[in-house]
Amino acid sequence: MEKFRARVLIKLRPSVLDPAGEATKSAASKLGVKGISSIRIGKSIEIELVASNENEARSKLELLSDRLLANPVIEDWTLELFPVNSKQSI
Amino acid sequence: MSIGVVVFPGSNCDRDVHWATQGCLGISTRFLWHETRDLSGLDAVVLPGGFSYGDYLRCGAIASFAPVLDSLLDFVDKGGRVLGICNGFQILTEIGLLPGALTRNKNLHFICRDASLTVSSIRTNWLNKRSVGDQITLPIAHGEGRFQCSRDTLSELEDNDSIALRYNENPNGSLYDIAGITNLKGNVLGLMPHPERACDPIIGGLNGREILEGLLG
Repeated sequence: MEKFRARVLIKLRPSVLDPAGEATKSAASKLGVKGISSIRIGKSIEIELVASNENEARSKLELLSDRLLANPVIEDWTLELFPVNSKQSI
Repeated sequence: MSIGVVVFPGSNCDRDVHWATQGCLGISTRFLWHETRDLSGLDAVVLPGGFSYGDYLRCGAIASFAPVLDSLLDFVDKGGRVLGICNGFQILTEIGLLPGALTRNKNLHFICRDASLTVSSIRTNWLNKRSVGDQITLPIAHGEGRFQCSRDTLSELEDNDSIALRYNENPNGSLYDIAGITNLKGNVLGLMPHPERACDPIIGGLNGREILEGLLG
């Protein structure tokens, strides 16, 4: 079995209003940071797992993301997957 | 006639529902721990309000994997009646018994007050003693009650006459002012307002009783 690390990024679908993002945008302007036209807040979920190969790891994580981590009715998700020995840090 | 009220870790309206159904309406009511699969002898099940499993990840997301909900899918399939109130409504959408999803209120506030509602469907037994357009008042208490769904789903809800209740003054940004919906078969109702808190004139009117009476079919 190989070890993997993954990160699932979840964001509200573009058609769904993100009131928390809007509130944060308003605070950004109070901070004096100009030029911010949009802030949308999502979630980043970091996962460690073992699987026999990258394809198996990916299919496990796709199931997990689609059925549990995100609600596809209102959220989109993207998956980043790295073998643990990868030099790329997450 | 007997009903069950599911108790998840973090449910906080389970006893209120019990008080309303057994105490006010005299319906034999038993609690169902979330790990049970035994729904035998029940005619209806209530998923109460609260914060099941702390509402971690998303409201209702973790609850939808509870053993009791496995049995609930079967129960609904066989015609059993299910009422999801607030967190219970969120759970019903998460497990797919009702379409759409409920997310953060538009104004970010946790809103706890009476809501004035319009009955917009009398297709099902939940509200069939009413007329379309009737006004009722029920308390709401939620931070994540903004109903969202795709345009196609909204059309289906309208075409199937499945929008049961709509807010008169939309408190949370719900699509089409939706406060409660039913499934196609009509045996499942999910709503954000709390009927169990409006079953005694002393604490907030009687409009909740008629919805809970819908548990009787």
